Amino acid sequence: MPGLEDLYREIILDHYRTPRNRGELAPPAVRAEGHNPLCGDEIQVYLDVTDGVVSDIKVAGQGCSISQSSASMMSQAVKGKSLAEVRALVRRFKGMMSVDEPDVDEAEQAAADAVKLGDLEALQGVVKFPVRIKCATLAWNTLLQAMSELPASA
Amino acid sequence: MTTIDSATVRKDFPIFDRLIDDKPIVYLDSANTSQKPRQVIDAMTHFMENSYAPINRSAYKLAAEADVLYEGARSKIARFINAAHADEIVFTKNATEALNLVTHSWGRTNLQAGDVVVLTHMEHHANIVPWHMLAAERGIVLRWVPLTADGQLDLTDLVTLLDGAKAFGFTAMSNVLGTINPVHLLCDAAHAAGAIAVVDGCQYVPHNVTDVQAWGADFMAFSSHKMCGPSGVGALWGKAALLDAMPAFMGGGNMIADVRLDGFTTAPVPAKFEAGTPPITEVVGFGAAVDYLTELGMANVRRHEMDLAGYAITSLKARYGDEITIHGPSNIEVRGATLSFAFRDIHPHDVSQVLDQQNVCVRAGHHCAKPLMRLLNVTATARASFYIYNDESDADALADALEGASDIFGF
Repeated sequence: MPGLEDLYREIILDHYRTPRNRGELAPPAVRAEGHNPLCGDEIQVYLDVTDGVVSDIKVAGQGCSISQSSASMMSQAVKGKSLAEVRALVRRFKGMMSVDEPDVDEAEQAAADAVKLGDLEALQGVVKFPVRIKCATLAWNTLLQAMSELPASA
Repeated sequence: MTTIDSATVRKDFPIFDRLIDDKPIVYLDSANTSQKPRQVIDAMTHFMENSYAPINRSAYKLAAEADVLYEGARSKIARFINAAHADEIVFTKNATEALNLVTHSWGRTNLQAGDVVVLTHMEHHANIVPWHMLAAERGIVLRWVPLTADGQLDLTDLVTLLDGAKAFGFTAMSNVLGTINPVHLLCDAAHAAGAIAVVDGCQYVPHNVTDVQAWGADFMAFSSHKMCGPSGVGALWGKAALLDAMPAFMGGGNMIADVRLDGFTTAPVPAKFEAGTPPITEVVGFGAAVDYLTELGMANVRRHEMDLAGYAITSLKARYGDEITIHGPSNIEVRGATLSFAFRDIHPHDVSQVLDQQNVCVRAGHHCAKPLMRLLNVTATARASFYIYNDESDADALADALEGASDIFGF
């Protein structure tokens, strides 16, 4: 049986206790809301995109250590990245969580495989606790939703 | 000294022979679903191996035998809640379906735009969403009974809330707070206002002596799987006069007296509400569960759980003081052994994950009661719920396992 040390790595607890990029952004930033229907966790992602690059991101809401630390690390990882890079990162992260995205072509998959996860690797242990995968991916799915709501000009 | 010997009871439940990671299971999630005794498992197996056949439609001996067992279970269940007649018991898929049957059939027949239905702030989604659906479909108006600070119904303005209401839906016992409501008083208040009383008995029936006639209720929904029976079957009890006057819920086989090219006529209650092949084996198991609980004695069950709730609350508070918040009434006279709690600032999901290391099984989440979660100003709670097979050692195991949460989260 996997031990709790696989799940609660120090870097995860650090992001949980001191979440980065907490807060809200005023319009024209896009706001998306995600729910984990299983446990009631709620998350809001605010996304500012300028010239195809994530210029700012904020995260609000409540959740467990896994969902909150995943959101915090995600916010750090996507800031300053182009939307294409963000999509590749999301795909890579969800791949690590054993969640496959539909309709991914070879080039997209190759781009995702090449992404370095950095601190986010710490969440790898979540896969050994399948019930918690939804916690780890909540922020990422909410980010995807925010991206889908961006105006075409962004 | 309790009148239930949990060590003996536990021997009836094969699942407690299982070790996970070489440790026994501390099952504290019976408000979610209960474990199953050998007596129920054997009754279902025996039925499938010896007497399984269709019910209500065949003349051969085997089918007649299955029919007797199926209807025998209905009679046992009726006696268990003191229904006036076995035909007042309608088998459904679960308690949720039973409540949907009330809103679809009674509700659509008797409620028009502007009619008022009163619910409480502590309802399970199963006694909220079906009424919301009726509100969306035909514009009924919902009013809500608020709660006191210690998680009981605040009845101060009940008469005003019920004024002009057609139905009052409420739980007999909260699945989150453990609160046991004054059902008799609430039924009287409903009737005084000219409303019917729809009781969600899901959490109450498995743990208490139930007497629907003494309550004066009109409908009560409950489920088998929370009271030692199998999942897949629940029941709606309703007063015969109400059930007789209601239109069918679902159409199909078994629920008809006659079908012609130009229409149909329904069978009498309860067949009218049991369209299609029912969960036959599960109904037999439900009956066996009622036999098992009757043998233990529901007054004994209640006394056992009062003792256990008192012990768990006292010992958790003694050990953790202000670091643990137990929601709901502190007076065990008005609560069951279902304890929702907050532990330090640790999220309930993380608490339950840590408890699972010691095989302590608790539910973490919103417990299908999101309006109540908002009232408590939380998104989730951890919930430990005790039953006949639990004893003080399980409360101690919970308290011990909580130490692990402090260690990891460093508070």
